[in-house]
Amino acid sequence: MAPAPSSTSSAITLNINGEKYTLPVDHRTTLLDALREHLDLTGTKKGCDQGQCGACTVLLDGRRAVSCLQLAVAAEGRAITTIEGVADGERLHPVQQAFLDLDGYQCGYCTPGQICSALAVIEEHAAGWPSAVTDDVRPEAGVPALTAEEIRERMSGNLCRCGAYVSIVQAVARVAEAAEADAGASAEAEVKEAAA
Amino acid sequence: MREFGYERAFDVPGAVALLGAAPEARFLGGGTNLIDLMKAGVERPALLIDVRELPLDGVEFTHDGGLRIGATVTNSDLAAHPEVRRHYPALAQAVLAGASGQLRNMATVGGNLLQRTRCGYFTDLSKPCNKRAPGSGCPALTGEHHNHAILGASEHCVATHPSDMAVALAAFDAVISYETADGPGELPIAEFYRPVGDTPHIETSLPPGALITGVTLPPAPVAAHSRYRKVRERASYAFAIGSIAAALDVQDGVVRDVRLAFGAVASRPWRARAAERVLIGGPASAEAYAAAADAELEAAEALPENGYKVTLTRNLVVAVLTELTEEAIR
Repeated sequence: MAPAPSSTSSAITLNINGEKYTLPVDHRTTLLDALREHLDLTGTKKGCDQGQCGACTVLLDGRRAVSCLQLAVAAEGRAITTIEGVADGERLHPVQQAFLDLDGYQCGYCTPGQICSALAVIEEHAAGWPSAVTDDVRPEAGVPALTAEEIRERMSGNLCRCGAYVSIVQAVARVAEAAEADAGASAEAEVKEAAA
Repeated sequence: MREFGYERAFDVPGAVALLGAAPEARFLGGGTNLIDLMKAGVERPALLIDVRELPLDGVEFTHDGGLRIGATVTNSDLAAHPEVRRHYPALAQAVLAGASGQLRNMATVGGNLLQRTRCGYFTDLSKPCNKRAPGSGCPALTGEHHNHAILGASEHCVATHPSDMAVALAAFDAVISYETADGPGELPIAEFYRPVGDTPHIETSLPPGALITGVTLPPAPVAAHSRYRKVRERASYAFAIGSIAAALDVQDGVVRDVRLAFGAVASRPWRARAAERVLIGGPASAEAYAAAADAELEAAEALPENGYKVTLTRNLVVAVLTELTEEAIR
């Protein structure tokens, strides 16, 4: 895509949840507005529209980002995952299921952003990323346990005005623990296989 | 928001040439500050040159054992990088203390250096502001200034620089590299940010049309023993009201080497050289740390509502240096 410098709009193709969408956009259009107003993907929510609340969180190339500060035209070529693309067909993602089981919401408005953010938190932690509450960030110190304190810090970019934080932390912890147990079990199986 | 063109640059000369041809253009990195300021009407570029895909996303050792960080490295990747965490832990901690996970994934090192103050008057177009509209005045002097500068400010502007990352970079003598149409250049961070004086709207010494290409950290063994501490009005996801990047080498109870820089107290990250001079060669004691803080903060000029920052910064110096001392003994 190479618009003339004078052009203030472009025809772009966005890759959202594995599907391609081609649309004309005024360059001022944020990814958030493109999703909601142009593509009818209204699962992503607009809260503050200033990058301060996290309601509009989506994944860009697998990493969480706020779509209100992301220009749609600059998102061309990236793999965008919204809340609509999180479940496997009718089967909810474990994070979605945990939010349901543990009441990780009240009004639900921040929930799509919370869930997209939580997915990334679990990935980031599994990749060994430290956080601002990690006591020792040196790689030799190893990966910090995903304690409630770590989850609160890592999820701090997602505000919940209903105050469902206690349940949100529990939901993230449940999924992270299950994922770790799975990883542990498969590692153990690999060791047994290798021994056999 | 003003309408604007959009171009994506794939190499450094191309990005610099695009800016040279369009004086009202801005480089777009992560956009976490620029897009917000465009929404507010503070920034009104005619063209955005997207530099996020430039091949400047590496972190690598320099030949002398320092680290070279590319300008488009995201805050997340910088903070997660094993060599950054191993050799300059305060830098990783500073980056992790800033913004949120989402914003750190988007924000780039180059953009972080160039982010603008969060002074409320700067972003409020209905108010005067010497930084936004030179010569219009500074309402913060007599208005809301509880989180404004106590060091190096002027009667023209008392805004603070918001970056946590830059505070650690200042402590470690980072050098900022840039590219212009006339070739490359570099600026030590102490010269990169200009004093406020009567030109608060000119924040850096970058030549016109320059693109930041990277940041180099010289080798500094003391940096491996460093810490960043940030104080804010809520536990997370807020700008600092005070912060410190400190590195300390203590042997036999004597300070062999020390680095100190303060955040949220000035228009730029504040390297505390007066304090460092007091400390070097002296005893590693809480009394000496307090005296060093006092030496630096002697120049502090508080406004009616921000005098607490003098005490806060003093306490940060004593607390963090004491912690680093105790860790060195263990």
